[in-house]
Amino acid sequence: MKQVIALILALLLMVPAFAMAETDKVVKIGVFEPASGDSGAGGKQEMLGMQYANLETPTVEIGGETYKVELVYADNGSSTDKAPSAAQLLVSSGVSVILGSYGSGVSIAGSEYFKEANIPAIGVTCTNPQVTAGNSHYFRVCFLDPFQGTVLANYAYSELGATVAYSLGELGNDYDQGLCTYFGQAFEALGGTVIHEDFPTNTADFTSYLTNAANYGASVFFCPVSIAYSTQIVQQAASQGAAFPILGGDTLDSNVVSNAAKGTNVDVVVTTFYQEGANEAFDTGFKAWLGEDSEAMTNNGGNDIIAGVTAMGYDAYYVALEALKAAGSTDSKAVMEALPGVTYDGVSGHIEFDETGDAVRNAAYVKKVNTETGDWEFVTEQTVG
Amino acid sequence: MFNTVFPYLLSGISVGGQYALIAIGYTMVYGILRLINFAHGDVFMVAGIIMVYMVASGVVPLWLCIPLVLVLTAAIGFVIERVAYKPLRTAPRMSAMISAIGVSYTLQNLVLYITGGLNQIYPTIPWISGSVTIFGATTKMVTVITPVLTLVLVIALVFLINHTKIGMAMRAVSKDFETSQLMGININFVISATFVIGTFLAGVASLLYFTNYTTVIQTSGAMPGLKAFVAAVFGGIGSIPGAVVGAFIIGIAENIIKGLDIILFKAGLLKGPAGLATFSDAFTFALLIIILAVKPTGLFGEKTTDKV
Repeated sequence: MKQVIALILALLLMVPAFAMAETDKVVKIGVFEPASGDSGAGGKQEMLGMQYANLETPTVEIGGETYKVELVYADNGSSTDKAPSAAQLLVSSGVSVILGSYGSGVSIAGSEYFKEANIPAIGVTCTNPQVTAGNSHYFRVCFLDPFQGTVLANYAYSELGATVAYSLGELGNDYDQGLCTYFGQAFEALGGTVIHEDFPTNTADFTSYLTNAANYGASVFFCPVSIAYSTQIVQQAASQGAAFPILGGDTLDSNVVSNAAKGTNVDVVVTTFYQEGANEAFDTGFKAWLGEDSEAMTNNGGNDIIAGVTAMGYDAYYVALEALKAAGSTDSKAVMEALPGVTYDGVSGHIEFDETGDAVRNAAYVKKVNTETGDWEFVTEQTVG
Repeated sequence: MFNTVFPYLLSGISVGGQYALIAIGYTMVYGILRLINFAHGDVFMVAGIIMVYMVASGVVPLWLCIPLVLVLTAAIGFVIERVAYKPLRTAPRMSAMISAIGVSYTLQNLVLYITGGLNQIYPTIPWISGSVTIFGATTKMVTVITPVLTLVLVIALVFLINHTKIGMAMRAVSKDFETSQLMGININFVISATFVIGTFLAGVASLLYFTNYTTVIQTSGAMPGLKAFVAAVFGGIGSIPGAVVGAFIIGIAENIIKGLDIILFKAGLLKGPAGLATFSDAFTFALLIIILAVKPTGLFGEKTTDKV
């Protein structure tokens, strides 16, 4: 009797196998993003772009066969000590290519695990040069910090007329420190002076740093920090009656930040990847989806303003599909070999990779918050030769 | 010179007052149970989250939210004590401490689950969120209210402890747990009252703190909690005036150090920025080590006498 039961159980185990064989073939794409922690809000907005793209194009033709695309999520918790286990989770679930992460530090922390497993990764908005430098498996679709820092320094010096700038970064955060350095170099090359300070992780009280900036006579406050800190800085600057504009990198391009600045006298200016209105079809389609899906709406911060990172997540998904098509196989090694040759025209512009695996880009959008409505307003498109 | 230092002093006094309110919770619980309640900082954070959700729901008017949050926070403190600490009353002291760490993580992860890890913007409370200018420094009204409110609450608390029946029972329990039980004091009631008072003050602190620093996430309680704990140890754990003095010293010290560069620069002692602000936390904790090395029981700590 026991043997019969064992046999039945064994047969039952095979049912899913048969069921699998009948349905479409599946290709897995890993999503290596923070869903919690300081960068959770940004990571979620980046994921929204991928989820929307996946909803729009759920299948891909690989080697003449139709595969269903499955997104596999791993939360790297915005922290470099949680990133390795998230990376290992993706490796062990057998993904063909990985997208992410928001935040350069976590991307660098996860990088070696992808390298060991021969899985290529496409960085979406991690702008620190070290992410792709010296390796052949990490690619990226966005611009880099030396470029972004130069754009911001030019803007601060020529457009805002600042000669003294105050820059503030989080201790031990690769993204903040990198961008502050490049900004400082470019700003001083133009003839300005930069005062740089750092704050420890989990700081909530920025009033003293704001006072410092005022005391140094800074006419611009540069803080390319995580969203959680930047909302604090904006609100505290407002209550201190700060006279200088707050300048930030791509992380500040979020409706969470514009909401914080709404109804205050603080100018918030950022550089970013995408300006709403650049691609009508994407804008309307995405907003319609947010209108239907309340959870997506919550993850976007409760309204339907499109963040630059969302557009980048959308483009990165399609670049991954192009790579899978070009590879003609779901084997991660084949995808890695195919990636350098991939070109794609996305909503954020033309994407092709140079020899280090970075997207060739020479334009960034400058936006500022309209403090009455809480919307982002387009200022200019800045190019650097 | 005064104009340069004053804004830092103002930030320091304000944040010091908020640390003081949290530190009292640590020090009272320690005084009575000899337990370091690691979950205290997280209760403070939960009070912030409750406020965010209660105001966002739109059901309760804002003026009613404030007392409701305080009552709910005190209720959470009561429940935590009954569920996580009371069953361990006779267990080794270490077990209760581990239980406290467990409560801390439970609260953090519960909030992580509810908020989805997204930072929540704290609602604006009219009047205390408004801007005010004193001696040329612009700040929020709450910065000025905090030290005053802290002192009023501390005086009320000291009165409660020295001049009421429950206060007398608390002092008795903190002196000798078992003897006071034999004298007919209802230990469980006294301990619950301690937790309710401690968490109530943490609730007040959360109203003041998050009105100033408007973002709440699940880890928001960690740093203020740690600083308040340090303040309690600094002042001599178990002593309420000690916790308050310690908290103000720590709050002021960390803000002065953040601005030390520019203060020294303006005084002509420094030629340029030296990056001292980076070490604001390091200085604070170094100060703690020095004080403890000189006076191991803290500023106001009682002398420990070993019973033979």
